[in-house]
Amino acid sequence: MSHPYNDPDQMLKMSEHPDGLSPEEMRVVGKRVPRLDAMKLVLGKPAYTDDFTPPGVLHGKILHSPHAHARIKRIDVSKARALPGVRAVLTWQDITPVRFTTAGQSHPLPSPLDTLVLDSKVRFVGDRVAAVAADTPEIAEQALVLIEVEYELLPPIIEIEDALKPDAPIIHDEKDCTGFKGVFQPRRNLAAHFSAEAGDLEKGYAEAYRVFEGEYRVPQVQHVALEPHVCLTWLDEDNRLVIRSSTQVPFHVRRILAPVLNIPDKRIRVIKPRIGGGFGGKQEIVIEDICAYLTLITNRPVRMEYSREEEFIAARSRHPQILHFKTGVRRDGTISAMTLSLFATTGAYGGHSLTVQGNTGSKALALYRCPNLRFEMDVVYTNRPPAGAMRGYGAPQGLFALEVHMDEIAAELGMDPVEFRRKNWVQVGDVFALAEALGEGRKGFPNPLRSTGLAECVAEGTRRIGWERRCDPNWHIVPGKPHVRRGLGMAALIHGSGIPGIDMGGAYLKMNDDASFNLMFGATDLGTGADTVLAQIAAEVLGCRAEDVIVYAADTDLTPFDKGAYASSTTFVSGGAVKKAAEKVAVMIKNVASRMLETPPETLRLEDGCVISTNGESVTLREVALESLHVVDQHQIQAAESHMSLMYAPPFAVQFAEVEVDTQTGEVRVKRLVFGIDCGQPINPDGVEGQIDGGMSMSLGYGLSEEMLFSEDGRLLNGNLRDYHVFRSDEMPAIERFIVPARDPSGPFGAKAAAEIPTDGVAPAIINAIYDATGVRLRQIPATPERVWSALKEKG
Amino acid sequence: MDILLIINGEERQVAVQVGETLLEALRRLGYVGVKHGCEDGSCGVCAVLLDGQVIHACILLAVQAEGHAITTIEGIGTYDQPHPLQTSFVKTGAVQCGYCTPAMILTAKALLDENPHPTEAEVREALSGVLCRCTGYFKPVEAILRLAQGGG
Repeated sequence: MSHPYNDPDQMLKMSEHPDGLSPEEMRVVGKRVPRLDAMKLVLGKPAYTDDFTPPGVLHGKILHSPHAHARIKRIDVSKARALPGVRAVLTWQDITPVRFTTAGQSHPLPSPLDTLVLDSKVRFVGDRVAAVAADTPEIAEQALVLIEVEYELLPPIIEIEDALKPDAPIIHDEKDCTGFKGVFQPRRNLAAHFSAEAGDLEKGYAEAYRVFEGEYRVPQVQHVALEPHVCLTWLDEDNRLVIRSSTQVPFHVRRILAPVLNIPDKRIRVIKPRIGGGFGGKQEIVIEDICAYLTLITNRPVRMEYSREEEFIAARSRHPQILHFKTGVRRDGTISAMTLSLFATTGAYGGHSLTVQGNTGSKALALYRCPNLRFEMDVVYTNRPPAGAMRGYGAPQGLFALEVHMDEIAAELGMDPVEFRRKNWVQVGDVFALAEALGEGRKGFPNPLRSTGLAECVAEGTRRIGWERRCDPNWHIVPGKPHVRRGLGMAALIHGSGIPGIDMGGAYLKMNDDASFNLMFGATDLGTGADTVLAQIAAEVLGCRAEDVIVYAADTDLTPFDKGAYASSTTFVSGGAVKKAAEKVAVMIKNVASRMLETPPETLRLEDGCVISTNGESVTLREVALESLHVVDQHQIQAAESHMSLMYAPPFAVQFAEVEVDTQTGEVRVKRLVFGIDCGQPINPDGVEGQIDGGMSMSLGYGLSEEMLFSEDGRLLNGNLRDYHVFRSDEMPAIERFIVPARDPSGPFGAKAAAEIPTDGVAPAIINAIYDATGVRLRQIPATPERVWSALKEKG
Repeated sequence: MDILLIINGEERQVAVQVGETLLEALRRLGYVGVKHGCEDGSCGVCAVLLDGQVIHACILLAVQAEGHAITTIEGIGTYDQPHPLQTSFVKTGAVQCGYCTPAMILTAKALLDENPHPTEAEVREALSGVLCRCTGYFKPVEAILRLAQGGG
């Protein structure tokens, strides 16, 4: 039998959703159904990890390294252990040294195994030195102070450019760290090295009428989820370890931690309760390992929660990058060749280093048609806090650079930026030439694009922002403010809908006496509204209301597997599983109703809580439920399903920005943002808008204010919410957003993703708008007043 | 030490530690609608009302609240009778992760109690003490304005 992935027909079959419903026929999907979980949250009900406290809980705290790079020569915990109320103190000497990665990803893990729960070497200011469990948080804090550590200081690497120098210190000099062959080169401080090529670069550049190059820099930034990392661990009555954690990846946590804790997977249960925001920062084992260790040592429940400072210095962040584009353009304005060379740092540990940067390439090189492509990346270790997954996963970096670069080329060619992009953006039928090479650490799937609403998004966006004002010199001047200049900028965007051939989600559905349904899945709503979206998908198929679907997720004991919430995959992948399970249940319902109504099942449809025959006769779903559970041929109407997709179904979007630049102070004020998205069929437009609003706000900070700043010795200088500026409600611009639903046959009801793409566009649109306003081209974000002012000065 | 706290109209004799913040005390007493987001009053998710005014419970010691009327999110509505702001937040789609939502609603309540018909700018200014990473504040502002304009 041939491998199914090599058979195009089989690939289609496993990836498609022939739903046969037009948007007009849908009753639940596409509607603004209020969040099923909203009421409990507005009432302040206990829902989050830290809202339940088991009796006898201990409080865990971590001693963080004050040095960026050092060996622990001596560590004395005797005074800490002697403090009354201290139940455990752990150092590297108490830990079985199992190298793992904190990155929560599918097997086989694409991130290097370079981390220990506790190590004899520290690699960033904030790295773990020791951990304490005590009766109260105060005692735990006191115990940390009593730990005596003698360090042998090593020279740190803080700047990306220093990591590959011949005399650079080696950050991971241990012998037992491992990673992908050729990709992982720790002796050179390389967490990930990779390159790929398609077509004929030489020919492509030879065809070019002009070749453009540009180098762009993006900062290290923080997720700032309002709920810090928080975890509760205990041993249940069967001596199994329960980990209740604010995690996006409960199943990955179980699988990755089992060998680290030296207990079998089956002895671990991970429960994901309500999450207070994740944005990728919780696609990571940040504290679960040490919390679990403390429970296993003490046999007591242990609670750990990061402070805001710890979030900044010892959680995760977005990879800072230096991106170099080289683009050949033919005389007719089409792109003939493109190279993206990427230099990034993953900080002290390599979680997501290959895949985030790989995704930078697979998004930034996929938006415009070009047969001749080259992508090369070096991701280096430095003694900075580790980077990791963060909403957009490399795409905000890549699309920032790409879309500023495109704008520069358009300006050089004397073309309208929209026109230049229109000439080049991908069309239905196009195959991304690097799809096979960039498959997240394995072979990807080169499938043709089957839907795009980008052209419509751009057309509608240009109208809404008033793009023609760009051509009016007078408009750029603000009356009465000679020092202020107005400008418009835009960015076209592409993202993904799950990772083809890797991401999988499962769902289980059963029918109750009253025709309500229990829906259980491993997908993890981290505040996105996924629980409601998945309930809507089930309800649409079952002909019931979304509120008749009782959602429970996620729990490694009780719910089917799901890779977790990342890669914009939940609606597209997990939603596919829910749809399939609901379709199976619908068949079972029709079979029972068929007997009750004495009519063939093919004549039946599910609608408004009833099963209705083409001749007009009907039974209610409740009657079917009671019949099946209690009356004849008793059985549980239920189904379990799972879904994965091999198809390429990227969402598209356009971001427009209107800015005012104060040329005296360098201050940039964003007046208006317009965002148009093609997310296929929106399952819940309120949810899509919510994703857009939050994504744009995050990208606004990325473009203007957010940047982790380090001293020469690697200390974070702005690790608090006063100095690290996240936009507040009174600083937000006016916004407009709209949806262009280009439905894709591989998404449930034609849905594509909407979660991450809104994080991709504000930063480049602002930079392009600053150029339109002032003629000054910034190639680095954030565009702080100081940077803008200096650039204006330089231009004179 | 034992102090008197009036929480959601209920007088409670509460044993508190000397350095315990009001945030820690309230959560320990089961008012978990009050959230922890930072330790220096800069994120605002621990907002509660003290005699009707918004305060950040993470930078107020529990003892400083002695004798004052404290309103938490649990005190303004129930499943049977949610506060109109709570209903408006649900209907408008203003809840995403929900972690800052109690603080936003209490802040909005303090605003509307003083100024029942605020402008959008006044709502935005009132909410500026609460950080939110999910909503960009757009739908929460809409939820408050809808209610204030009688559409909630």
